[in-house]
Formats: sequence, structure tokens, C-alpha cells
Amino acid sequence: MPTPILKPEDKVFKNLDGADDWSIKGYKKRGGYKGLKKILKTDPADIIDTLKKSALRGRGGAGFPTGLKWSFMPRPDGKRPNYLVCNADEGEPGTCKDRDILRFDPHTLVEGMIVGCHTLGAETGYIYVRGEYYDESSRLQQALDEAYEAGLLGKNIESTGVNVDVYLHLGAGAYICGEETALLESLEGKKGQPRLKPPFPAGYGLYGCPTTVNNVETIAQVPAILKNGLDWWTRWGRENNHGTKIFSISGAVNKPCNVEAPMSIPLKELIETYADGVIGGWDNLAAIIPGGSSTPMLNPEQAGEVLMDFDGLRELGTGLGTAAVVVMNKEVDVLAVMTRISGFYKHESCGQCTPCREGVGWVYRLMSRLAEGEGSKEELDQLFNLTKRIEGRTICAFADGAMWPVQGTLKHFRDEFERRLSA
Amino acid sequence: MKIAINQSVKGENIPQPGAQQLVFSAAAKKKIKTILARYPKGREQSALIPVLWLAQQEFGNWLSVDAMELVARTLELPYIRVYEVATFYTMFNLKPVGKYHVQVCTNCACMVRGSQKVLESIQKATKTSQSGETSADDLFTVTEVECLGACVNAPMMQVNTHYYTDLTPESAAEIMNQLRDGNIPEADTPHAPKDPVTGGKYEEVK
Repeated sequence: MPTPILKPEDKVFKNLDGADDWSIKGYKKRGGYKGLKKILKTDPADIIDTLKKSALRGRGGAGFPTGLKWSFMPRPDGKRPNYLVCNADEGEPGTCKDRDILRFDPHTLVEGMIVGCHTLGAETGYIYVRGEYYDESSRLQQALDEAYEAGLLGKNIESTGVNVDVYLHLGAGAYICGEETALLESLEGKKGQPRLKPPFPAGYGLYGCPTTVNNVETIAQVPAILKNGLDWWTRWGRENNHGTKIFSISGAVNKPCNVEAPMSIPLKELIETYADGVIGGWDNLAAIIPGGSSTPMLNPEQAGEVLMDFDGLRELGTGLGTAAVVVMNKEVDVLAVMTRISGFYKHESCGQCTPCREGVGWVYRLMSRLAEGEGSKEELDQLFNLTKRIEGRTICAFADGAMWPVQGTLKHFRDEFERRLSA
Repeated sequence: MKIAINQSVKGENIPQPGAQQLVFSAAAKKKIKTILARYPKGREQSALIPVLWLAQQEFGNWLSVDAMELVARTLELPYIRVYEVATFYTMFNLKPVGKYHVQVCTNCACMVRGSQKVLESIQKATKTSQSGETSADDLFTVTEVECLGACVNAPMMQVNTHYYTDLTPESAAEIMNQLRDGNIPEADTPHAPKDPVTGGKYEEVK
């Protein structure tokens, strides 16, 4: 049975395609901010309980249960303030969903920040947007200003006694700032180098205060879940993977797009229904990156069967990541693309841990050579061995994310490497 | 140790008009107040990236050592704190760039959809050959960059703050020609009249 196509009332992001007015007027017309007052009068513990039951998992890549994450935050003790920080430092190659939220439906995020701050006992929220999204964040800034003017931000929101200030903070071009502790460092005006964990941000985050960091999409989905109820949300997706999700489908498809669809949709159906299929037909498929550049690729056989959710992709040794689907067909030089991705990680390593700083460059140079057919077959084993010696030996998950795609390439395209090496 | 004035970080001597006495304009000073209002008292260092942005906007789209020293004085930070941040983030230009900073994404999604040909076409139209090179007429700096997050509209590029998407080699070259003639083609997302670096009504609200 085909997965249903979402109707406007089923969607969290009703204006993701940008067809309608993105300002507060348009958002209110689409039902935005309705029911906010009721949520702000709800006990935060009840909200967290609902989120736990909703099985909402972080949309930024790691898929950590949001309700659980929020439950780690202590109640404000009057000594240290709590903070909610929104991670809009979208930079994972293939991922472009938050950009469309910021430019076409920014008030979904603003409303999510209000609800999030209330739930977490935070009076201040920051939205950290990547520096390149300058024009997009000018819209977000306007949305924030509109919310202040409408009394939806500031003191005593909707006469509920809740106070929330939300500030926009523009980054300046560093992929690593998408890592939550690097983001906090950057927000404090430092180099974006990840912190050693523990302590986790919920105990020691921004300015040493309890902090929760969540992705744009996650925060923006919270009000919709609370307003429409658990049944509305859990209609979609398998157990533990419920809800809707924005999928970014790019690469060798006929109609690349961002689309909000039910979780657990089969990948093949996703591509054929929303992106008008692979260029040259499904049989022309070479490989698919399922969730942004860090997630290992799928071969056509796997791609034909997998369900797009956290657990489905994990079973195949990869991940949903940011649900950024990059399609490569047989006209694409997959090894060249994967080498380019390695080059990206070399460029973006923050330089803090030696295995990553030195190793990612080493891997890139090996990949470049082997993809060109220079070297020996033994070096393929050496390359794999090297990735295993980098993975898991650094402060943050950046190096893991840099190694997984290389491992995936060796798994599925070793033949192609060998063919080039013996040519 | 004080780094010699006018000595750029790459060791080149680049004269900067009005060197040694850079000051923020009155308008910029007002904006800095708005920026500082976003962060708690005692956490003024948080304003460093936004103020560096502002300095870059004010002083010709790049950060000279003088500009960085001005930022350090303004925020009462040691120069090295400013310098290490300015050099960490790729969007701070540490040497002058052309009037139009053309940043072409060549990462995976763009690559699959032909960004290499787009880049070559742009380089041909601007008479540049290497990434980061500025054209002889100082109009264009063309840089190959990492994913700019518009993958479903690949291939794409950013010219100053504007995104131009769904490019072909021909349309990209045409945009370069338009820019050379002084016309700025409409971007993919026409921006709202709010400045994300220094905008906001926070002072009034607080």
C-alpha cells in the first residue's frame, strides 16, 4: 500500500514550498500561534511527557529522543539561567531543509522557540544560523521582530506570565559549529572547537549554564505535536520513529526537492513520488547517500527495500542523519564524488584532535590517488584500516562522520577501485 | 608582542586607507550597542563574531589587522582572541576580495549536477583561473567553497550575500555579465529589509 501524500492539515511546515506568505500574517492564516496560550499554561513536565510518548527524535542527525533530552534539564534554581539554543548551522552536504524553513516558514521556528523556552524553564533562546544564510536569516530576523510586535516574544507573553527573549546569532562559516558544543563555543565568541563531554550541555552548556541544543526542524515540530495531539503525530511512521520529516532529495533525480513526508516511507517510493524518479530510471541507479554526506551509502538493492527511518537505516549499517538523500546514477563517477566528500572533511576539520587533523587529510590523499587508479590493492586495505584507527578516537563525532562514507565506498565499490587499479 | 600595522596575516603588505586610525562610524557604533544587548552582562565576547561581521561590512569586505585591532579595542578583548576567531571562520576575508565575492559550491550534490562546468564557465567569464583569485579589474573574486546548503537547487553559487540557484554554465556566465554591467540579478531569496547581524528591536524591548 502506498504511503499517503500529506494534506496541508497533516503537515507541520505548511509553506515549505514557499507558495504562500512567510510573514506572521500568512503564518497566522495557516493556523500558526493558535493554541499557544494553552501550551504556555501547561505544566512543562506534562509537555515533556507528551514528547516522550510522541517518540520525536532529533532531526539534526543523531536521532536522540527529544523528550528524554529535555528531561535532562534541571529546573531553574535562580542562580544560573537555563538556555535553549537552536542549531541552524546547517552544513552537512546534501542537507538544505532548514534553509527552506527559515526562508518560507520562519514562524514555525519562532513558535517552537517560545514553547521550548517555556518547557525548559529558559527565558532566553538563541538561534545560531550559519553565516552563509544571510538573506534567509534576514527573514528570520523579521519574523522575530514581528513576534515581538505582536506580543508573542518578550515579557508576559499572551498574559501567561511567561517571559521569552529569542536572539538571532549569525555564524561565519564553519561546518564544525553544527556540533553542539562547538556551536556553544562559537556562540561565546570563540573558535568553534568541540568540548569534551561530559559535562553535557544540560549540566554545563552556554556560559556554563544548563542548555539544550536542538535542530531547527525538531524545535519547530514541537508546537504542532502538542496542539494536534499524539494520535495525529503517531499515525505516521513505525514504532519509535513516529511523525513526519522533511526529506531533501538531491543529485541525479528528475525533480530535486525538499518535501515533508511520513517517516518510514520506502526510499524508492520517496524518490519516485516526490522527485520524479532517478534520471534514466531506477535501473540506472548506482548508489544513494541516505542522510547527508556522513552516512554510508546504500547500493541499489538496499535502496530498493529500505524504509526511511532511524531504525531501518541503522539495520543496514548507515543512518537517517538529516534525511538528505543524494542520488547518484550510473553516469556519475561515484569514486570522484566520494573523494570530493573526503576533501570536504579535510577542509572542515577543526584541528583540535590529532587523529582527525592529520588523518582526515591522509584519507583524502589516499582516496584521491586510488580513485584515479594509482596505487596498489593493498592500499585499499590500508585505507580501511586507517579509517578504523581514526573513528572513535576523537573528542567529537566529526571524524566518525568523515570515515563512515569512506568505509561505505570501500564496501560497495571495492570492485570499481580494483578495476581502476589494474587498468 | 604587537603585530606591525598594515602587515596582513599572510605576510603581505596591503595598505589600507586611513590605516592606524580606523574607527567605527556613528551608525556602526549604534549597531554594536544593539548587538551587545543580545548577550548577558559580562559575556561581551559573544558579540565578537557579529562585530567582526560589522567590521568586514564597514571596511571594504575584508578584515585587515587594523580592523581586527579596532574590534579588539571595541570589545576590550586581547588582540589574539580576535585574530584566532577571524582566522578560524572561512567567511572572514583576510585579504581584499573583489566587489563581487563569487562562491561556487562544488560539493557532492552540486558536483553530481555539473558544478564543475559552472565553475569553469564563471572562471572564463571573470578571467580567473584559480580558486580564490581576484580578477584584474577587482570586480570578481571566485572561490570554490564547501556545501552552501541549497542542494535541491544545485548547482548553485553565492555572490556576496545572495544565493543564485539551479545554474547552468550559460546562466552563471550571464549573471557575471550582468554584475559587470552593474546590475544585480534577483537572487533566489530576495532578502527582507532586516539585517541579521545587527538588526532587531532588542534595545527597545529590553
